[in-house]
Amino acid sequence: MKRVYVNEEWCLGCHLCEYNCAFSNSGIKDMVKALKGKKITPRIHVEDDGKIHYAVSCRHCEDPLCIKGCISGALSKDENGVVAIDHDKCVGCLTCMLLCPYGSITTDENETVLKCELCMQNGGIPACVQGCPNRAIVFEEVEE
Amino acid sequence: MKYVIIGNGPAAVSCVDGIRSVDNEGSITILSKEAHPAYFRPLISYYLEGKSKEENIYCRRADFYQKNHVETVLGEAVAIDKENRIVALNSGENIAYDRLCICSGSSPFVPPMKGLETVEKKFTFLTIDDSFALEQAVDKNSRVLIIGAGLIGLKCAEGLRDRAGKVTVCDLAPRVLSSILDDECAMVVQKHLENCGIAFSLANTADHFNGNTAYMKDGSVIDFDVLVLALGVRPNIGLFKDAGGECDRAIIVGNDMKTSIDDIYAAGDCVEQYDISFGNKRIMALLPNANIGGYTAGVNMAGGKALFDNAVPMNSIGFWGLHIMTAGSYANDGSAQMTEIKDESGIKRFFIKDHKLNGFMIIGDVKSAGIFTNLLRNQTDLSDMDFEALIKSPNLLPFGENYRRKTLRGVV
Repeated sequence: MKRVYVNEEWCLGCHLCEYNCAFSNSGIKDMVKALKGKKITPRIHVEDDGKIHYAVSCRHCEDPLCIKGCISGALSKDENGVVAIDHDKCVGCLTCMLLCPYGSITTDENETVLKCELCMQNGGIPACVQGCPNRAIVFEEVEE
Repeated sequence: MKYVIIGNGPAAVSCVDGIRSVDNEGSITILSKEAHPAYFRPLISYYLEGKSKEENIYCRRADFYQKNHVETVLGEAVAIDKENRIVALNSGENIAYDRLCICSGSSPFVPPMKGLETVEKKFTFLTIDDSFALEQAVDKNSRVLIIGAGLIGLKCAEGLRDRAGKVTVCDLAPRVLSSILDDECAMVVQKHLENCGIAFSLANTADHFNGNTAYMKDGSVIDFDVLVLALGVRPNIGLFKDAGGECDRAIIVGNDMKTSIDDIYAAGDCVEQYDISFGNKRIMALLPNANIGGYTAGVNMAGGKALFDNAVPMNSIGFWGLHIMTAGSYANDGSAQMTEIKDESGIKRFFIKDHKLNGFMIIGDVKSAGIFTNLLRNQTDLSDMDFEALIKSPNLLPFGENYRRKTLRGVV
């Protein structure tokens, strides 16, 4: 399956992926209206120590621990292998956050869980990848 | 091959998944005491709170049993004949098996209490039917007394607060969540719950009852309308024990979820297995372990090979916006070294033993806590890692470039 992969050596640390993710998932057409003055809750984040920077988002693991731990059945793998979340079922217990080895699970202000779903609902090409100026994030198939 | 599963909870349906990952032909029979399809037990409090709708509590889609060719039989297993490989039901029916998995869960523990029979509205809190009954019994004027300030009692308090007039929780232990928190962390949680409207009477419990009055150990009196008994649970092991199987407080299983009796496996809240953080066999009655254990059992029952060899206790629990995450062992016996961060966002405590993370307790800022769970479950050597930096800001930087290339550039 196609996933989001990171080329650490090409990451500029510009954080554009975070803004593109938040905009894409906002459901609002105008980027300014979607983001200006708002605390964004992107599903991808850049980690940075001043020298090294790279983006982290859900790995869509082969055998995802988050799903094993989910107490509400909100997390599941769809037929394409995408780990998806059903917001109607999520109760915000955050067991998935306790189990994700990569720190890829986040929450919004309502405390329900947010995670990357590869922009399946937003046109199918991840917004973080589309907006990355240096191809530091790519959407492709990698041999297992 | 005839597979039989006793119980119909998360471990049981995960066991079905495990069997079907190897064997699509064999017949699977689930024996269930409850008339519901498998549901997520922790959701019973969220149902009361209004966060989970009844139709959303089930572990699998409605067509799960049919799709996996699982026959469900409503009834209680009363005996296992290990020689002839037969499970007897209370209906008199006998079910034959080639491989059996016991996922019988646990039952509420209610010690003998004087005058308890005089209490009209009393409940335990372990099944969705308990939630339905409490829903009927509690109204805006009800004074609810919950005995037990553990995970079950406190979740019940959260579920009932907005439905009841008053909720009081008492416990013989001097602190809340005494099995997973130390005094200081428990106090943070207790204060928060008090601010949210829950009353506590700790280091105190009901000595006896008379109708709607609880006479407490310290001499005080608590009047109530509804009583919830949340004193803990006991694994359902009678069946297996009577068949001569090896038990401690629960059914003892290996990393492959096999019991001491040939062709009998067990998983979920009724088992005791090796806990890598404590270094001995323990009951870890928690949903992730039930799912992983059930699946592992299923694979092995069907002739595949699977191991669940990194079990640790792990809890993520929240109350009205305050999150608590704990994992592993944090006994303060001097064998582990503690590192902590305390600030306005909360408390983080990490217990390191032999250069490995052995347990942690986080109250408040739980972001990316899974990075620590991963270090714990994999017993990662921390000698070459900047752990101080990691606890300040949990991220993948201290793991190095190779680890990141493997996990962020490859399939995991």
